[in-house]
Amino acid sequence: MTDASVPQNVAPPPAEVEDVELYHAHSWLTKYVFCQDAKVIAIQYAGTAITVGVLALVLSWVIRLQLAFPGAIPFIDASVYYQSVTMHGMIMVVYMLTAIFLGGFGNYLIPLMVGARDMVFPYVNMLSYWVYLIATLVLVSSYFVPGGPTGAGWTLYPPQSILTGTPGYDYGIILMLVSLILFIVGFTMGGLNYVVTVLQARTRGMTLMRMPLTVWGIFAAAVMALLAFPGLFVACVMLLLDRTLGTSFFMPSLVELGERKDYVGGSPILFQHLFWFFGHPEVYIVALPAFGIVSDLISVHARKNIFGYRMMVWAIIAIGVLSMVVWGHHMYVSGMDPWFGFFFAVTTLAIAVPTALKVYNWVLTLWHADIHFTTPMLFALGFLVTFVNGGITGLYLGNVIVDVPLSATLFVVAHFHMVMGIAPVLVIFGAIYHWYPKITGRMMDERLGKIHFWITFLGAYAIFFPMHYLGVLGMPRRFYEMGETAFVPASAATLNIVITVIALAVGFAQSIFFYNLFRSLKYGAPAGGNPWRAASLEWQTPETPPGHGNWGAHLPVVYRWPYAYSVPGAPEDYLPQNAPPMSGEHSP
Amino acid sequence: MTAEHVTTEHAMTEQTLRSRVLGVMADWSSDQRSFKSASWGKAMMWIFLVSDTFVFSCFLISYMTVRMSTTVEWPHPSEIFALDIGGKKIPLILIAIMTFDLITSSGTMAMAVNFAYARERKKAAILMLVTAFFGAAFVGMQAFEWTKLIHEGVRPWGNPFGAAQFGSSFFMITGFHGFHVSIGVIFLLIVARAVWRGDYDVGRPGFFTSRKGRYEIVEIMGLYWHFVDLVWVFIFAFFYLW
Ligand code: HEM
Ligand SMILES: [Cu+2]
Repeated sequence: MTDASVPQNVAPPPAEVEDVELYHAHSWLTKYVFCQDAKVIAIQYAGTAITVGVLALVLSWVIRLQLAFPGAIPFIDASVYYQSVTMHGMIMVVYMLTAIFLGGFGNYLIPLMVGARDMVFPYVNMLSYWVYLIATLVLVSSYFVPGGPTGAGWTLYPPQSILTGTPGYDYGIILMLVSLILFIVGFTMGGLNYVVTVLQARTRGMTLMRMPLTVWGIFAAAVMALLAFPGLFVACVMLLLDRTLGTSFFMPSLVELGERKDYVGGSPILFQHLFWFFGHPEVYIVALPAFGIVSDLISVHARKNIFGYRMMVWAIIAIGVLSMVVWGHHMYVSGMDPWFGFFFAVTTLAIAVPTALKVYNWVLTLWHADIHFTTPMLFALGFLVTFVNGGITGLYLGNVIVDVPLSATLFVVAHFHMVMGIAPVLVIFGAIYHWYPKITGRMMDERLGKIHFWITFLGAYAIFFPMHYLGVLGMPRRFYEMGETAFVPASAATLNIVITVIALAVGFAQSIFFYNLFRSLKYGAPAGGNPWRAASLEWQTPETPPGHGNWGAHLPVVYRWPYAYSVPGAPEDYLPQNAPPMSGEHSP
Repeated sequence: MTAEHVTTEHAMTEQTLRSRVLGVMADWSSDQRSFKSASWGKAMMWIFLVSDTFVFSCFLISYMTVRMSTTVEWPHPSEIFALDIGGKKIPLILIAIMTFDLITSSGTMAMAVNFAYARERKKAAILMLVTAFFGAAFVGMQAFEWTKLIHEGVRPWGNPFGAAQFGSSFFMITGFHGFHVSIGVIFLLIVARAVWRGDYDVGRPGFFTSRKGRYEIVEIMGLYWHFVDLVWVFIFAFFYLW
């Protein structure tokens, strides 16, 4: 800041930590299966997450088919319907989105973006994946036990979730709880790694305020997850005890089918508090990495530095902090002291401020930019649109008075799918198209990518936008059948059919993506090291795909922030983070 | 004279506070590391402990909630947790011994850390073994207490003395804490063995991680151990004294 003629930080301070020793795999097994390299772990995480994600997608067809053609499909009875809703929701939120953003992108990108050789504790990192895999296997195994998976809804509210009337009472609910506990244990091992790597293992010159926003988003999400998952962990342990040992943490005395249960004196509301203490931050655990990634996609493909970088960072932090104290807005209908309702409504609406700030900054980054409509950019723009849409309906639902009639209708389903279903999924697609060249050394096909984008984006809109309308009509959520319902006009049934047809088509259209993904492995155009001409560190590795240890003999040294695009006087229109400073240069 | 003295002192404390805040800010705006004095392992343990604090807090808050929401009277801790010794009922005696035992183990752990850094391997290893012994004794006494209560008819789902949630919370929370202690004992034994053999001097790679360990691991173990001890103080206060 002092003298413009002297480039700053010509020589960043010397290394504080000696270079790490890495485990070098000796056999095929330790190289590709029980591998300690974060890049391999990332792919294992992402592969598993996408696989269960496809399962959840198929389950959404089951739900949609029933809603459009009630009773017409023989194998979809009420139990199957509720089991599908539950498994769809839980898999999508926890096992797919959380795992792919933190375990997948976190593992791949954090070490590369901060200039580390690997995560700080690769062995623990590897364990994290294997525990996660076991958790998913336990979850999926509930399809093969008598009674099938639980049908309690992804919120698992007791008392209903552990009463005999709920599908999956015998084993499904137990497996679900055990699987969640395992997931949390596994996640904690990974999450500690992500946080410590960002805090303590950055390369020379990489200050916190020079990290790409992707790293900021994943970092903040990992911190939040470490603080929020304990709520779910405790809730699961206690619910498991209620179910198996007959304790009454959450179970009041009640009569079921004319028979008095042995439960006495527990508090169902306590479960809701614990669950949502996790559940709301969870929304941001998937949203913050998406925010970060989108910022980077927009900046790279619009050849412009991100607008208001520091504001963006502080907004991420503010959102992270605020979202730990708003969980009560999910419990307005459970009844609460009006003062608490007031508190939770105010904090909820307050989150809109930093969130809106981020949206403005994305838009301002695009303003007068050199926008390249590449596939990743299209997905980023698609995210902006769906996210704003979902954010606005969030303001409706944040108000107690509006929420009470709309809660438990399809309006809520439309809202959260827009904001945390479709929006993050679009980012995941965009991120895959963007980083695929680094991961494999080949480009994905742009034409197929664009076709995939338009089908997914327009299709998702066509699926969820009408649901707002159905919700306002009063169509309830989580209803197996409407039967003869006076207030729902016949046209609603037609609309439901339309939605289902589109949902099936969009679902099948994802095969375009998978075709592209696998075909490009072999036939994709060779990408070179930095096809998007991006400035951040992961594109500057000596090899592509990056080798074990990422950086060859010497760790990179960073001289500037990752958004040095369209720099006047630069040899190309961007300056990589590790290129030595030009004379007179003045980037942050 | 005195007034002047006071003002300079005041200025000095302000100065140090200011420089400390500036120091923290400088660390956080620097490259490479945000906690300049913490190694990776130590930072990781601290952050894990923060997360674990949330777990224990959720357990304890849940316990308090069910204790307040249940309609039946809560059993009286000083009667339930009393031991018959020589025909006299002494309230909370076992818990007092257990607490004393665990706090002593924190002391021996701290000494072990000190000796480990002084490279007095044998002393450090022995003190860790002593710590592990105290830990094991704690778990043993806990097992004794569980057995006694179970004999008296306390079950997770109910008990003859009052609210069913008493047994539920008791077994769950002390069980979860005892699990922490047991894990600690196991790792203490492993690290004590490594210290005894001098693994950290010769740089022998770890069995699983295949990385070289350092004497710092003793201190990291210590952090965990003190944490488990501290948590016990809270459990003791909220469960046995309330
Ligand atoms: C192909 C795209 C998707 C379709 C067609 C779809 C469809 C549906 C439908 C019809 C429901 C049931 C509504 C009800 O009657 O209650 C539902 C529930 C749900 N979906 Fe999706 N969904 C999709 C993707 C996602 C994604 C990506 C997420 C990730 C956040 C997600 C999360 C949820 C959750 C949390 C529920 C609530 C489950 C419950 O009520 O317990 N969905 N979805
Ligand atoms: Cu929320």
